[in-house]
Amino acid sequence: MARIMLSGTLAPYTDGVLELELDVANVRQLFQALEQRYPELRDHLEAGIAVAIDDEIYQDALLQPIASDSEVILITKIAGG
Amino acid sequence: MTRNHVSTTVNGDQVEFLCETQQTLLEALRDELQLTGTKEGCGTGDCGACSVMVDGRLVCSCLMLAVEAEGKAIETIEGMAKGEKLHPLQKKFIEHAALQCGICTPGILIAARSLLTRNPDPTESEVRFWLAGNLCRCTGYHKIIDAVLDAAREMRGA
Amino acid sequence: MSTMLKYQQKDLKIVGTRPLRPDGVDKVTGRARFGADYKLPGQLIGKVLRSPHAHARIKSIDVSAALALPGVKAVVTRDDFAEMPDEMAAVGELMINFRDVTRNMMAREKVLYDGHPVAAVAAVSESVARAALALIKVEYEVLPHVIDVVEAMQPGAPLLNENQYTAGVKPKPERASNVAKRLEFGCGDIAAGFKQADVIIEREFNTKPVHQGYIEPQACLASYSADGQADLWTSTQGHFVFRAQCAKVLQMEVSKIRVTPTEIGGGFGGKNNIYNEALAIALSRKSNHPVKMVMTREEVFRGTGPTPGANVKVKLGATRDGKITAAEAELNFQAGAFPGSPVNQASMCAFTRYDLANVRVVGNDVVVNRPKVAAYRAPGAPIAVYGVESVIDEMAKKLGIDPIEFRLKNAAKEGTQTYYGPKLGVIGYIQTLEAARAHPHYSAPLGPNQGRGVATGFWFNIGNETTCSLNLQEDGTLTLNLGTIDVAGGSRAAMAMMVAEELGIEFERVRPFVGDTSTLGFNFLTAGSRSTFASGMACVIAARQVIEKLRARVAKIREVPLEAVAWKDGRAEPADASVAQFAPMTLPEIARMAGKTGGTVAGHAEINAQGAGPGFGTHIVDVEVDKQTGAVNILRYTVVQDVGKAIHPAYVEGQLQGGAVQGIGWALNEEYVYGDDGVLQNPGFLDYRIPVASDLPRIDTVIVEVPNPNHPYGVRGCGEVPIISPMAAIANAIENAIGLRLYQQPFSPPRVLKAISDAAAAKR
Repeated sequence: MARIMLSGTLAPYTDGVLELELDVANVRQLFQALEQRYPELRDHLEAGIAVAIDDEIYQDALLQPIASDSEVILITKIAGG
Repeated sequence: MTRNHVSTTVNGDQVEFLCETQQTLLEALRDELQLTGTKEGCGTGDCGACSVMVDGRLVCSCLMLAVEAEGKAIETIEGMAKGEKLHPLQKKFIEHAALQCGICTPGILIAARSLLTRNPDPTESEVRFWLAGNLCRCTGYHKIIDAVLDAAREMRGA
Repeated sequence: MSTMLKYQQKDLKIVGTRPLRPDGVDKVTGRARFGADYKLPGQLIGKVLRSPHAHARIKSIDVSAALALPGVKAVVTRDDFAEMPDEMAAVGELMINFRDVTRNMMAREKVLYDGHPVAAVAAVSESVARAALALIKVEYEVLPHVIDVVEAMQPGAPLLNENQYTAGVKPKPERASNVAKRLEFGCGDIAAGFKQADVIIEREFNTKPVHQGYIEPQACLASYSADGQADLWTSTQGHFVFRAQCAKVLQMEVSKIRVTPTEIGGGFGGKNNIYNEALAIALSRKSNHPVKMVMTREEVFRGTGPTPGANVKVKLGATRDGKITAAEAELNFQAGAFPGSPVNQASMCAFTRYDLANVRVVGNDVVVNRPKVAAYRAPGAPIAVYGVESVIDEMAKKLGIDPIEFRLKNAAKEGTQTYYGPKLGVIGYIQTLEAARAHPHYSAPLGPNQGRGVATGFWFNIGNETTCSLNLQEDGTLTLNLGTIDVAGGSRAAMAMMVAEELGIEFERVRPFVGDTSTLGFNFLTAGSRSTFASGMACVIAARQVIEKLRARVAKIREVPLEAVAWKDGRAEPADASVAQFAPMTLPEIARMAGKTGGTVAGHAEINAQGAGPGFGTHIVDVEVDKQTGAVNILRYTVVQDVGKAIHPAYVEGQLQGGAVQGIGWALNEEYVYGDDGVLQNPGFLDYRIPVASDLPRIDTVIVEVPNPNHPYGVRGCGEVPIISPMAAIANAIENAIGLRLYQQPFSPPRVLKAISDAAAAKR
């Protein structure tokens, strides 16, 4: 099971849960699993979340694979100027 | 509204155009004569992007009425190169990467040429103060100064 | 499928050199065409009527007199644009709340800032258009306004949106608020961290909004045809994003709008959003003429987005021997009239340069009656870093440790856990600190009233969707269609350089250009320091694809197996003489035969580039303070930055110099000045003072190259990091020069003089 950690900014939408384990094979499955558990997360996941998988940051990469021993961290999306 | 007829010389060519009384020389150059090389950055004489020469004098064309061009000799960026032969300043600007977006470049080239006409061997400080009326937001001016001093050197045959 | 091509060290012939940029001659002769340089026969001139009030309800708009004026061909108001629901919608891959986009473009219920568009006209000339604006009657109910971020956060402050409740707060607040969102995150145990500290420093900073200051005002030309298709020429950092935004607010299909990006006269983040574009298309649709809309400089200041002003609180704790044990910050950012300040990113940049166990950051996104903020080079980071790097400096001084040494003791490096989640990969922060310390600038002597300051910066850099197409022409040259806008002239050259390097041919044989939106798939904006990284990656993928196709074609032409064909130095030649011998073929030779042997050869890429490498920089500045006038003179400035790989060093230097000078302007003179009526008092370059040539010395640059492992040439991108450090570096230098620290930006003469006289009064 992949270890999933959520940025503190998401705590209000997960009743304070910031760490969990999920059996997911890619980012899309991860988002779907999180939305199922925490419906309030949906808007935030769609609007602006980047994902660090084993310390590599991915943005808008729904099909990026997640291994069973991966560590995944959800962080704010980055833009620029 | 009745428009005014103006006859003038631009880059050595006799031209004529119609303009409203309140139109600036900058607007007339760009909109009536289709010479869009001279740019509007502010319309109030603060940025220098509209720099042209009028009877040998460096002028912000946004601060001059188009009707005042009657009988004058105007020089714009379009007249700086001679066909494919670039002016040394133009050449040096490219060589030194003295332009990034390029919007301020025509005004700066006109202003720099005007400096070198009256002072062929300026110090860095003299170049900086002469160009203080030309705003650039991309380059930080460093490579512009390099290019102007290098062009001056080449033009002096030094 | 990973889009990441890993870094490969190799001998380079073109990348890293300084060829002449391909668009240079057009730019120095005035031939290059920017937004306002385009013209169509029969075009009308469009102008916008803007609110004179900071906050008011719109009771009615009467355009009848304007429409009746001879020469006026169309007028649009809120009635001409569809209501957009309050929800995030995808535009390309960006999620944006279009309820705000359409309202910022043209007010609906209320005007929320001085300059907010209320109506627009299209007329046969500028003078008729202006006369028409004067004939539009708008009935306003003026409301109390609020422009200060701390005031706007108080209960009882005038509310911009009565239906806005602070997001990120549980349980949901009962009362509406100007605080659109609150965020909080960190790591470790902040209270314990402060307990461990021998020294604690807590400070508060305030900054004003500053404008990106691009010299070219927004300009666009729209032509709507009777078959429901529109052509749009505009000065933009992202033609695909503009197309998407226009399509959404106008309720048109995306492919019915073709956006041609003009040359852009500066953007820096300020041209990431539409302003007049959809208005011009709507006016063109209504009038059956092309409509050209060019902003005046005053409109640029009143109507387009500056960066936020902010209130920043920073608290730092450290042990006597220089280890930071706790770091805390509160960032209160003005979003302008609609939510969406970069407080998220600022929160993540504030402390990332350091290896910290205990961190807490709280951020608030606050609406105020000012123009909606837009991105500006490393959005949010300079503001947060002004506070943090100032306190870092104070701490170093208090502990008696050299400022670079103090930063080295706590520096982030590969494997450092960031406080917002992931560990950092390969980075070059320490290298920039060491290079700065070793630089002669750092040990040069200083005179009276002179001081030296150091500050550092970090930006994530991004990748994002990128497309390109590389086509072999009959004479062996190639055209490279880039989807990524070239804002500063360096990227066209850099992309062509990478393609030429891959193919082993001369740089001049690759002609780069940026095609309109009908020629490629979606490309993200040129922002986030992404262009050389992401577009470069796409170009390399396309080039390698071309090489594979060339090899296959030559194998067929020469009737040898594919494995026998190698590509080297611009030609196909035998991979191994013992396998198969054949006469090599150069690119022009293959191109000449291509048409008759199956058709020409092309490569393309459509990727979402991942693996952007973070950039770090260290700045050193020397200032001299004139205690009579309060003027702060920059004597010497050095920028040290890790860019991964400088594809074209001259343009990388240009980014470092230009970004640093914007930061210097931010520090010394730039600010929005408002009256008590909430109206902007300095919407022009005379009183909004950006740096001029005589203000500055040379800006020395040191390019550090710690390759990004996720890019074939090691590119990190470099455009944003240089603007982050100057404010703090200059504040630190002033403190060293005259012993006074400034907590309010800009450090303009009146503020410096006030600090000096306050200090003198305190002594008495």
